[in-house]
Amino acid sequence: MRRAWRVIGMVAVGGMLAASAAACGASGGDAPANGLVLYNGQHEQTTQALVNAFEKQTGISVTVRSGDEDQLAEEIMQEGSRSPADIIFTENSPALMKLAGQHLLAPVDTSTLAAVPSADNSPAGNWVGVSARVSALVYNTNALKPSQLPSSVMDLAKPQWAGKLGIAPGETDFQPIITSIADTYGSQAALTWLKGVKANAGSHVYPDNETITSEVNSGQVEIGLINHYYWYRLRAEIGAAKMHSALHFFAPADAGYVLDISGAGILASSTHKTNAQKFLAFLVSAAGQKIISETDSFEYPIRPDVAANPQLPPLSSLHPDPADTIARLGDGSEALALLQQAQLG
Amino acid sequence: MGGGGGRPSLRRGAAFRSFRTGTRYPRWLLLLAVVVTVLVLLPVVFLLWQASHAGWGTIWPLIFRNLTWTLLLNTIELGVIVTCCSAVIAVSAAWLIERTNLPLRRFWRAVVVLPLAIPDFVIGYTWLSLTPAVHGLFGASLVMTLGLYPLVYLPVAAALRRTDSSLYEVARSLGHGRLRALLRTVLPQIRAALFGGCLMVLLALLAEYGAFEILRFQTFTTEIFTEFNLGINTAAASALSLVLVVLSVLVVGAELAMTRSVAVRAGRPAGGVRRYRLGWGVLPSLLFMAALVGLGVGVPVSTLVYWLTQPADLIGVAPIPLLGAAGYTLMYSFLAAVVATVAAFPVAYLAVRHPGRLSRVLERLGYLVQGLPGLVIALSLVFFAVRLVYPLYQSPTLLVIAYSVMFFPMALISLRASLVQLPRRFFDTARSLGCSPVAALLRVTIPLAAPGIAASVALVFLSAVTELTATLLLVPTGVQTLATAFWAYQTQVSYATASRYAAVIVVIAVIPGVFLSRWLDPSRSSSGRGASLRSFVRGITRGGRP
Repeated sequence: MRRAWRVIGMVAVGGMLAASAAACGASGGDAPANGLVLYNGQHEQTTQALVNAFEKQTGISVTVRSGDEDQLAEEIMQEGSRSPADIIFTENSPALMKLAGQHLLAPVDTSTLAAVPSADNSPAGNWVGVSARVSALVYNTNALKPSQLPSSVMDLAKPQWAGKLGIAPGETDFQPIITSIADTYGSQAALTWLKGVKANAGSHVYPDNETITSEVNSGQVEIGLINHYYWYRLRAEIGAAKMHSALHFFAPADAGYVLDISGAGILASSTHKTNAQKFLAFLVSAAGQKIISETDSFEYPIRPDVAANPQLPPLSSLHPDPADTIARLGDGSEALALLQQAQLG
Repeated sequence: MGGGGGRPSLRRGAAFRSFRTGTRYPRWLLLLAVVVTVLVLLPVVFLLWQASHAGWGTIWPLIFRNLTWTLLLNTIELGVIVTCCSAVIAVSAAWLIERTNLPLRRFWRAVVVLPLAIPDFVIGYTWLSLTPAVHGLFGASLVMTLGLYPLVYLPVAAALRRTDSSLYEVARSLGHGRLRALLRTVLPQIRAALFGGCLMVLLALLAEYGAFEILRFQTFTTEIFTEFNLGINTAAASALSLVLVVLSVLVVGAELAMTRSVAVRAGRPAGGVRRYRLGWGVLPSLLFMAALVGLGVGVPVSTLVYWLTQPADLIGVAPIPLLGAAGYTLMYSFLAAVVATVAAFPVAYLAVRHPGRLSRVLERLGYLVQGLPGLVIALSLVFFAVRLVYPLYQSPTLLVIAYSVMFFPMALISLRASLVQLPRRFFDTARSLGCSPVAALLRVTIPLAAPGIAASVALVFLSAVTELTATLLLVPTGVQTLATAFWAYQTQVSYATASRYAAVIVVIAVIPGVFLSRWLDPSRSSSGRGASLRSFVRGITRGGRP
C-alpha cells in the first residue's frame, strides 16, 4: 500500500515535470515572426471574435494580452521602445490619449481613419475609433417608476438618493463622466458632486459595472450609474424573464450623458506596422463592424453603413452631450485628480 | 526554536559545541539564506524606490490622510476577529482529528484543509450570491475565517501529530483535570505552530484582495488596487503599500516577541498516540466538524456545482481550452512550489539549527512579503525586469518567481514548524558516526522533515493555483491559465462558463491536499517513534558506509 502511494506520487511528480518541460517549450508567449501582439483593454470576447475573423481573412496571427486599459497603457510606458506590443485596443479614449501624449503611437492610415466619423478618431490621427457606448442609469423597476428618475446626473448627489445609489469609481468608464461634469460646471462643482455621490452610495461602492447592474437588478440597490451595454449583457446572460431593471437616459445633452469611444492605435515601436495597419483597417471595415453589432458586445459600431444590434435603440436616437468631444475627454488626468481629492481613488 | 538555542546541553556532542554557540553560522548556509532573503525583499526595495522617487514630501501627506485611519481601523478590527476565530477553530479541529477518537478521522483530515483549495474570489462570490447579508465587516470576517483557518490548522495538526501524548497522561496522573492537563501539556507544545499559523493568517489578511473587493470591505489592499488601476497613481499606492509593510513588521515583531519565551521541547521523540476518548462529546464534536466543513467547503462547492449545471452562455466564440489552461496552471504552480521550498530551506534550517539574532532576523524578513498584495509584488518584478533583465519580462520564469516570492513565507513556516520538532541529536549522532554535514542533512534531517517539506510544496502549490492578481499582470502574452480564464468570463458575466475553470482550479488544488493528508496519516506508520527511529537508523547505516 505504502509502496503503491510512493509510486503514484513519483509518477505524478514525473508527469508534472514532463508537462512543465513540454509547456516551457511551447509557452515563451512569442508570437510567430510576422504575427501581431495586441494589448487588449476591451472585453475579451469581443476582441477574440474580431481577432478570429481577422486571422481567418488575412492569415496573419494575432496574440492577445488582456488587461485593464490603464494598466496596459502603463505597461507600454514602462516598456518604452522595447514594448512587445504592436497594437493597443481600449474601451475608452483617455488611455489612448495618454499614450499619444507620450508620443508612443504611430500615425494611422488615412483610409482607415476615413472609414469612421472624424469626430470619433484621435484629433492628431494616431488612433482610430472602433465602437461607442453611452453612459446611463440602470434602475430597479420594482422600486422606482420612470417618473421618479433624475433628469440630470447632478441630481444623483442630492440627499434623496442616499443609500439608493450604486457606483463603480474604480472603472475607467466612470472617469469621462467626471471630466464632462468638471468641464460643464467647473472642477469645484465636480468635486462637490463626487463627494455627494460617494456619501449617497455609502456601502454600494462596487468594483465594476457588471456588479452594479446585477445588484440593481436583484434589488440590493435602487439605481446605478453605468454604460448602457452592461444592462443588455446581463439580459442576454440571464434572460428577459429575470430582468427587474431598466435603462434610463439623462435629459438630452446632460453632462452625465456621455458618448465613450473605444479605439485602437499602433505603437510607434512596432516592427510590424504594415500588418498592424491591416488589423486597424479590419476593425473599421464592414466585416469587423458587423462582428461588433452581431455578437453580444452590445456596443455601437461607428461605421455609418453598419447598423447597430437591433435590440439597441439606434445611435441616432440618443442625445449625448455634444460638447464631450474626444479632445475634451482628454487623457483623464483631471478626473483622476478629482477622484483622489474626493478619496474615491 | 529561539529559546533553547544558546543553552548548553549534555546531549549535544562536544565536537559541535563551537558550531552552535549562536553567533557562528556555517558560511555557505548563511550566504544562501542572505541571497534568498534579499531576492524575496525586492518588492520592498521597489516601494522604497518609488516613494523616494516621488519625494517624501509627496508621500507623507498621502500616508497621513483620513483614509489611512479608516483603513487602519478596518484592518485591525478584521485582523483581531479573524485571527482569534481561526485559532479557536483550527486548534479544536486539529485536536479532535489528531488526538481524539472522533469518528471518520480520515475523511475530516482530508476535507478540513479544502478551503485552501478554493480561491478567495470564488468563496466571496458564492457567499454574496447566497445572501446579500454577507458583506462589510461581518461578511469579511466570516469569509476570511472560513478561508484562512487551514493556515493555522496545518501547522498545529502537524505539531500535535508529533507531540508526546504521554506527557498528558503524566499530568493527569499527577492530579490535573482534563482541561488543565491539556492546557499545560499540549498547548505549550503547539504554541510555536499556533503563533506561526496566526502570523500567516494576519499577513494573508493584509494582502487579501479578491474577497474584500467582492464583499465591499475597504482595506489597504483594495485601496492600493484602486490607486494602481486608476491611472496608476504609483506614489499614492506605494505610500499605502509602505503602511502595509510597517503593519507586517509590527505583526511579525509581535509574533517574535511571543515565541521567544517559548521553550520548545526539541530533542524528544514523539511518543505513542493514545487518543483521548470523547464519550458523549462525540456528538457536539461531529456537529462542529460538519458545520465547519459545510460552511467552508459545502457552500462554495455547491454554488459552483449550480453554475456548472447551467447551460453554456457563450455566443459565437469558442471558449479558452480548458486542458491547455489547466496545463499552464499546473506547470507554473508546481515549479513555484519547488522553487519556494528549495529557497526557503536554508533560511528555515539556519533559523532552527543555528538560532541567533541574525538567523532570526533573516527568517522574519522572509515573512514580510506575505503582507504585501500580489499586485505590488508583480509590479515590483515588472519594474526590475524591464530595467535590469528585459528577457525575463513577460516570461514564464518571471511568473514562477513571482509565485515563489509571494508564497515564500508559506514554505518557510511549514519547514520551520517541521524542523523545530526534529530531535537534533539524530543529526549530531549521524555526524559523530562519520556522515558529512551534507550527508547527514540529506539522510537524516530531510527525510525526517518530509512532512514539513510536503506541506510546504503543497501549500505553495495550492496558493499559486488559486492566485489571480499577480497572474493577470505577469502571465506571458497569449497564455491563459485557469485563473485568468475564470476572470475573463467572470468579468464578462458568463458565470456558467467561468465556473468550469473555477471547478478545475478546485479539483487541481485538492490533489496536493489529499496527498498531504496521506503523507501525514499516522496510521501509515504504526507509531511515530517507530517511524522516526526507522528512518533515523536507515539514514545512519547508509551514511556510515562509504
